[in-house]
Amino acid sequence: MSDTQKYAPGSHPDLPPPPGTIGVIGWLRANLFSDITNTVMTLLSLYFLYWFLNASMSWFLLDAVVNANSRAECREMADGACWAVITKRIGQFIYGFYPVDERWRPNLAFVGLFIAVLPLLYPKTPFRRHMLWFSAAYPVIAYYLLCGGIFGLTEVGTNTFGGFMLTMIVGVTGIAASLPLGIALSLGRQSRLLSVRVISIAFIEFMRGVPLITLLFVASTMLNYFLPPGTTFNLLLRVLIMVTFFAAAYIAEVIRGGIQAIPKGQYEAAQALGLNYWQTTRLITLPQALKISIPGIVNTFIGLYKDTTLVVVIGLLDPLGIGRAALADAKWNGLSTETYMFVALFFFVSCFAMSRYSLWLEKRLSTEHK
Amino acid sequence: MAKSAKKSEIVVKITDMHKWYGQFHVLKDINLDVAQGERIVICGPSGSGKSTLIRCINRLEVHQEGSINIYGTELSSDLKNLEQIRSDVGMVFQSFNLFPHLTVLENCTLAPIWVRKMPKKEAEALAMEYLERVKIPEQANKYPGQLSGGQQQRVAIARSLCMQPKIMLFDEPTSALDPEMIKEVLDVMIELAETGMTMLVVTHEMGFANKVADRVIFMDGGEIIEQKDPQTFFTKPENERTKLFLSQILNH
Repeated sequence: MSDTQKYAPGSHPDLPPPPGTIGVIGWLRANLFSDITNTVMTLLSLYFLYWFLNASMSWFLLDAVVNANSRAECREMADGACWAVITKRIGQFIYGFYPVDERWRPNLAFVGLFIAVLPLLYPKTPFRRHMLWFSAAYPVIAYYLLCGGIFGLTEVGTNTFGGFMLTMIVGVTGIAASLPLGIALSLGRQSRLLSVRVISIAFIEFMRGVPLITLLFVASTMLNYFLPPGTTFNLLLRVLIMVTFFAAAYIAEVIRGGIQAIPKGQYEAAQALGLNYWQTTRLITLPQALKISIPGIVNTFIGLYKDTTLVVVIGLLDPLGIGRAALADAKWNGLSTETYMFVALFFFVSCFAMSRYSLWLEKRLSTEHK
Repeated sequence: MAKSAKKSEIVVKITDMHKWYGQFHVLKDINLDVAQGERIVICGPSGSGKSTLIRCINRLEVHQEGSINIYGTELSSDLKNLEQIRSDVGMVFQSFNLFPHLTVLENCTLAPIWVRKMPKKEAEALAMEYLERVKIPEQANKYPGQLSGGQQQRVAIARSLCMQPKIMLFDEPTSALDPEMIKEVLDVMIELAETGMTMLVVTHEMGFANKVADRVIFMDGGEIIEQKDPQTFFTKPENERTKLFLSQILNH
């Protein structure tokens, strides 16, 4: 060992680390059993985990009923969860009141969404350049696909939209539209032009300063007073605009934080090379500011996505609204645990995916020496 | 003064220039002519205004009185000629200021592509040529954060040279470097000087000044106190402040 053998100065070789400090054993030892407290906590946690899974599994899965026509029927079969409330109304949970025969259209739009989003999120997508054209056209395609009115597609009113489909529409549109708007606002807030600065600040502070619910109410009722009489303005469109504005204000502030974290030397170097304001913004400022802001931006997006449930207060039936409607049915009365758990699971899966994506993106963009 | 024989065209002409930071008078009545191909070293205690002076030459700082002429064009708030001048005047900073999100090669090609409108292939070939010259072509695809300070500063020099500037400004290029890296940067600068580049260098590296400078300028309190060729400057300084400064930086 190293304490028995001596080396002449300057000739000490690199020795392997002591056994048990690396690999699986090393990890277990360092993280789970490093001392008595840690070992006790590990064992307690394992026991708790076992107890929790044991208890919940029977309720969630083993004693659960998936097929029944009412709560009473469920209870006769087993005393676990009564998922029948979900399975019987799964169509509503997904599509709201979208006509049953036309449900292939949202399905197709959903598949299209994946194809459109892939090249944006994953730069190694094959044929990325060509696929970006599709991404650019996707909003129009999705609009006509869902609402119909051309190519012989039956017209479907947006008042029938509901369920997860509505969440996706409001969430994805809000996310996609609030990012560019937020970037513009953050740049506007730091503009040399006083008028641009004042307008940006006023917009941001107003949108951030009021609750989203009030904005949605304004969207659903008051907007009519400001518009010329006779103009009809789709309720869903108004909601989309309000959600976008609301999120954009937050995004703007998150990005401003990123911009301010960039050292002054970066601008000086860009100026010294002869780059103008827009080139500097596009090539130097934003790539760095957006990278710094990823956690904050995704945080805002997740918040926005969950805030889409607020549309229920103005009568749009998102999954929570559908759930409430189901619970109001005498047959399913009292199954709120199952209903809300199901909706929660849907949101958790979406939000967790966003969170993991942002971690992956941060790692990919990291240019630090590791 | 054999070196003054090549004094030909005046490329930078600063006349009666003053600058204030708020109430603080940082540059006082600066008059300076720089000839084509001349190498000038500016030294002086910290806060003497030497960095501010060279930052005025590409208008990173704005002067309030007097005039600065670069190749006959006066620096003013007219943006159009400003970007033209900046692309002709390269600058190397104390803190490198490389773009951390771009590779070494992209750092070098960015301005040629966007400002000079050079095709990407051509810009990359040019960048490799200059990276070769600063002796780090093998680092072209790394990010600045993966390089040592000396390597980063050499990339910064290559990045400036890729714009094929007519004048190079150096703002304390070795002050942020570990001692063993100073030489590699100075060597690159000496080679650059040998190509006949017009250079204004703010530095405390007196060995460098002695070796390459045509003229050494000593500044203190926002004024040019003394300017001489290096031999005379180091052996027979006239002003008391120059003597004090030289005794402080040479005797340790």
